[in-house]
Amino acid sequence: MQEDLFPASDAPQPADDSRRTFMKQAGGIFGFALAAPLAGQAERLTAYSKTTTGVTTLTLRINGQPRTVQAEPRVTLLDALRERLDLTGTKKGCDHGQCGACTVLVDGQRVNSCLTLAITTQGKEITTIEGLAQGEALHPMQEAFLKHDGFQCGYCTPGQIMSGVACVKEGHATTDDQAREWMSGNLCRCGAYANILAAVREVATQQAKG
Amino acid sequence: MEMEPNFADTNPKAGVVGQPLSRVDGRAKVTGAAKYSAEYNQLPGLVHAVLKTSDVARGRITGFDVSAARQVPGVLAIITHENIPKLAKTPNNPQDQQAMGPGAHMGFLPLTSDQVHYAAQPVAIVVADTLERAQHAAALLRVQISPETPVASFRDPKAEEFKPKEGRAAQLPKPRGNAQAAFAGAPIQLTATYEHAINHHNPMEPGATTAHWEAPDRLTVYDATQGIVWTQQALSVMLGLSADQVRVVNKFLGGGFGCKGSVWPHTVLAAQAARAMGRPVKLVLTRPQQFTGMGHREDQDQTLRLGATSEGKLLALLHEKTSTTSPWDAYAETNSKIVDLLYACPAFEATAKLAKANVMTSTFMRAPGEAPGSFAIESLMDDLAYRVGVDPLQIRLLNYADRDPSTGKPWSSKSLKECYARGAELFGWAKRNPKNGQMRQGKLLVGYGMASGTYPVHSGQGNARVRLYADGHAVVQAAATDLGTGTYTVITQTAADALGLAPENIRFELGDSQLPSTIVSGGSMAAGTVSSSVYLAAQDVWQKLTKVAVMDKKSPLFGAKPTDIEANGGRLQLKANPAKGEGFAEIMKRAMMTDLEGSATGRYGAGYESAQAALNAKQDAAGGKDDAAGHSMHSFGAHFCEVHVDPDLGTVRVKRWVSVIGGGRILNPKTARSQIMGGAIMGIGAALMEGTVRDPHLARYTNASLADYHVCVNADIPEMTVEFVDEKDPYINAMGVKGIGEISIVGTSAAVANAIYHATGRRLRSLPITPDKMLEALRQPA
Amino acid sequence: MNDFSYTAAATAKEATGLLKDQPTATYLAGGTTLLDLMKANLLAPPHLVDVNPLPLTAIEQTPDGLRIGAMARMSAVGEHPLVVQGYPAVSKSLLLAASPQLRNMASIGGNLLQRTRCGYFRDAAFPCNKRVPGSGCPALEGDNHNLAVLGVSESCIATAYPGDLAVALAALDAVLTLENAKGKQRRVPITEFYLLPGRTPHKENVLEPGELIVAVTIPQAAHAQRSTYLKVRERSSYAYALASAAVGLDVQGGTIRTARVALGGVGAQPWRSREAEKVLTGQPATEATFRAAAAAALREAQPRKENAYKVDLVQNTLVRALQEVAG
Repeated sequence: MQEDLFPASDAPQPADDSRRTFMKQAGGIFGFALAAPLAGQAERLTAYSKTTTGVTTLTLRINGQPRTVQAEPRVTLLDALRERLDLTGTKKGCDHGQCGACTVLVDGQRVNSCLTLAITTQGKEITTIEGLAQGEALHPMQEAFLKHDGFQCGYCTPGQIMSGVACVKEGHATTDDQAREWMSGNLCRCGAYANILAAVREVATQQAKG
Repeated sequence: MEMEPNFADTNPKAGVVGQPLSRVDGRAKVTGAAKYSAEYNQLPGLVHAVLKTSDVARGRITGFDVSAARQVPGVLAIITHENIPKLAKTPNNPQDQQAMGPGAHMGFLPLTSDQVHYAAQPVAIVVADTLERAQHAAALLRVQISPETPVASFRDPKAEEFKPKEGRAAQLPKPRGNAQAAFAGAPIQLTATYEHAINHHNPMEPGATTAHWEAPDRLTVYDATQGIVWTQQALSVMLGLSADQVRVVNKFLGGGFGCKGSVWPHTVLAAQAARAMGRPVKLVLTRPQQFTGMGHREDQDQTLRLGATSEGKLLALLHEKTSTTSPWDAYAETNSKIVDLLYACPAFEATAKLAKANVMTSTFMRAPGEAPGSFAIESLMDDLAYRVGVDPLQIRLLNYADRDPSTGKPWSSKSLKECYARGAELFGWAKRNPKNGQMRQGKLLVGYGMASGTYPVHSGQGNARVRLYADGHAVVQAAATDLGTGTYTVITQTAADALGLAPENIRFELGDSQLPSTIVSGGSMAAGTVSSSVYLAAQDVWQKLTKVAVMDKKSPLFGAKPTDIEANGGRLQLKANPAKGEGFAEIMKRAMMTDLEGSATGRYGAGYESAQAALNAKQDAAGGKDDAAGHSMHSFGAHFCEVHVDPDLGTVRVKRWVSVIGGGRILNPKTARSQIMGGAIMGIGAALMEGTVRDPHLARYTNASLADYHVCVNADIPEMTVEFVDEKDPYINAMGVKGIGEISIVGTSAAVANAIYHATGRRLRSLPITPDKMLEALRQPA
Repeated sequence: MNDFSYTAAATAKEATGLLKDQPTATYLAGGTTLLDLMKANLLAPPHLVDVNPLPLTAIEQTPDGLRIGAMARMSAVGEHPLVVQGYPAVSKSLLLAASPQLRNMASIGGNLLQRTRCGYFRDAAFPCNKRVPGSGCPALEGDNHNLAVLGVSESCIATAYPGDLAVALAALDAVLTLENAKGKQRRVPITEFYLLPGRTPHKENVLEPGELIVAVTIPQAAHAQRSTYLKVRERSSYAYALASAAVGLDVQGGTIRTARVALGGVGAQPWRSREAEKVLTGQPATEATFRAAAAAALREAQPRKENAYKVDLVQNTLVRALQEVAG
């Protein structure tokens, strides 16, 4: 009876070899058989353009480095970063474009990585929170967040900072009210808004002075 | 005892306590390096679990159709109540729930039977090699449920109201005087009903658990919890392990606000799934699941009756609350506590009624009880002020409680008058036109409002360990969590001063049940409890080192009486002759010690006759009979705001904000200011926009998303001014810390509503005050 | 989300051709609506045709008016000088929508195909006639606080289009250019693009299977230049409209020569109000005229228990917007 609730023993297997090895060792109390490697990687050439089905190798340029991920077309940039590349600085707050925690820059523009398919970002320059600092030297926006206490729990912070960097670059932080409006795509439940504003405005003012 | 001096006396302001230190965990947070509970990707063989939830709010599961779901590649298991490994104990049994401790808030665990008690209740766990596959399979899994008609809330005609005899809802303040008679005979009688929408904590980090069975009898969970020890206790009982076999880790917590204070189903289910799979499992709630997965502030009505003299002096307060609870619980926030003790009033009475509905149980949310309770009392006090024709600030001073009206005890400290005065000054309250509806800016109506708040110092205790190294570093440990409240930072500061080290030479470790256990980081208790324990653990280090020094012939302190020695700035020295002494490194090096470890149990609050607090108190009171337990311990504060109301569009915007707080010793004014602003912002949200809507027939939320459940955005928030009254409280604990996480929100929604009244002459008593309600009120005569 | 296959199309012809071959496929543009709905398991197309690479991002003056490529992003259009100067209502409707991030992602064509925020539509656990025809509408007697009062039916009271841009475009007589698999283009005024729910609320617009929006053209006009978009919401930003008004006026010597009015947040579709325009045209630009126009716009309103407030709210919104452009 319980067996019925589990996939049949000929179900496909995870692609990752290390996982398979572990599973052989670990087994699990249900001990169902291990799956075969993922099928369907074919990149079918149609009369038109390349069609991608199933898991393929995607090459993403992240923080100046080419990175490859094994992913289906449905994998979002956010889940590619967090679950496959261990770039967990980019956060998942809602997964529906309603909070901004997943904000990254794609070709310099801020976007919600939760509503961006990884496959569509190939050939583009992706910048995440991990790519802002130059070695030990923090980006001015990161410094400003520290100085002004622009966060509490820190979970919205990477998104706020990425958004803040873009906001200044776009020229949308020239007044307090303008910066408030253009930083409103990033929710902060701890309520660090006034401090976030101070940080963004300070960087904008610094950059205006050159 | 001699080695437990009052911190305030031995460590004057010269130290780093009280300084606006930037967060010590800040760099990790601004670089993305801070690791939250769903980010332990390196665990070997980690797989993803997704919850499948019920469509209906009430019914019985009759079967599962797994045919489509099992076809999804990479699906490893579909776990339901039919095949889930049995738990040793479940919270469904009240005795077992008791054994699980205070963290086992839920009295019903899904997947223990075919019973569906609430909409979006988990009914299955789908495990797959990737998140996408688990999600897809969960979508394809068909659950057959024989539905029954649900009860949606206490407002549902089918709901049956009852007076709770047990549970938190039954914990009402004692009545005093004859409130009914006093009200009936009062020259001024005011009665009003206040409605509070369902609020959700919605921390930015949703509930998340990564469960890893490192051996058949050893579990580690990386869990988004405020209560490391509570989670450890509850999980171990449920899983049939001893507490030491369960390790709970939380190094970074993405907000909590109360909803991560208990152990919720997903954490248990993740542990069960990991056990079933024989490999680590990651389970993260989706945002919609967050609305039904970790509690909420309940939908509630309060009716408050106020009797007063014609001058506005209170004669009677009668509070009545009705709210919704879950089928298995009797939880309600205790709103009446703040009504009971905020003002001097000779007669008081409170009642509470509940109705069970098919909903997930409600839980503590930032200032549970005080937040909505203050909305009622502070709105009605505002009405009283207008009724008797005095300034709203004056009516509060007229009824100022010099002792706790509830117990008659003196306050351990109370700076509310100072909060009023300073707040009024900062805000420019004197410029307020005493009449309603007189101030304008263009088409907008302008109003000033204020309200007071108070929050109790709950009692807590906890352990800490301090390891001081001869090389000038120290490691400090306690199993607290930092929700963003600044625990990492303020405890680092505490330890720095207690050890005479620079904060950069302190490493404070928290968030791991292998560290010394301490109280849940909730109820505004963490700073008070942990600072006390760490301070005392440092004293333990000094005591031990003193013993070494006085026996060391080469030490200038050789042969001295330990009680004649004090620790100051990392030195041991004679009290009578501070020049005679030496630094800890010298003593330790001569004794061939690389380090020295101290530990202590710190206590905090009125619930303990803390030897420490009693000692401090004696020092102050000279008489020697004064003690901590004889005092009522509360933080107080006052909020002032300016609102602009658009009379045509019904929109209300807060344009200025001032909060002044008396919260005992402020360990770090920078993080404290942030916390007060954060509470006020959450209060503005509750006042103007936050409300979860449950379909009245299907008992399922219709706006369970961050697009449709509105929390404040940056553009909603004006310039905010926060100040603290310098307050020394000798009774609270070794540090004089009251805790400020919750006082920040108490009174805020009333301040907004009072400002709206001032702007428009309309009293809004239903939260949130959305444009529809504002317009409806403006349609009515003022 | 289901596991779909993916093709990036290089040209409109290729895109429409791909969809013709696979009728169950769906176009992927900015993804802000499509992926949102797919994650909620409300849509599960087996194939996505990515139209982002299509060269349809130009914003240019043409003899017919301003032509905006369907793949231009909301942010680019909202801040484009030609839009800001010639069509302030359009610019404002874009910049008051969503968030900066979403505006960088969402395309103009995709924006017009947003789906309702009705909570019953967005949660597959509920019955919903729009999602599952014939399953019922719990909103009628349930949570209808945010739903429509104009153009509704007993089947559906959703504001099918919850956004802002289409409201401004409806006011300013925008015309959509649609292209089918044969490469054939047709032009549809936006006021005829959306369908009222009637008994078929699942049919929301006149797009034929496989048809692609390739451009939006807004005629030049004095009333377009003197236009605005006013949006009322429960928080100051990043929220859908409770009510909104897009208006354009050509006022000369205090008399209204031409007027354009469309309302958002209150209609089953972006609500062009020719009734209001009729009342305004030829009349003095006074509050009394504006009030009369607002009353005319809402004459056919069918409010329900929780959304009745919208009848007054949107009238006030409209009056305020008209006052703004009248100066």
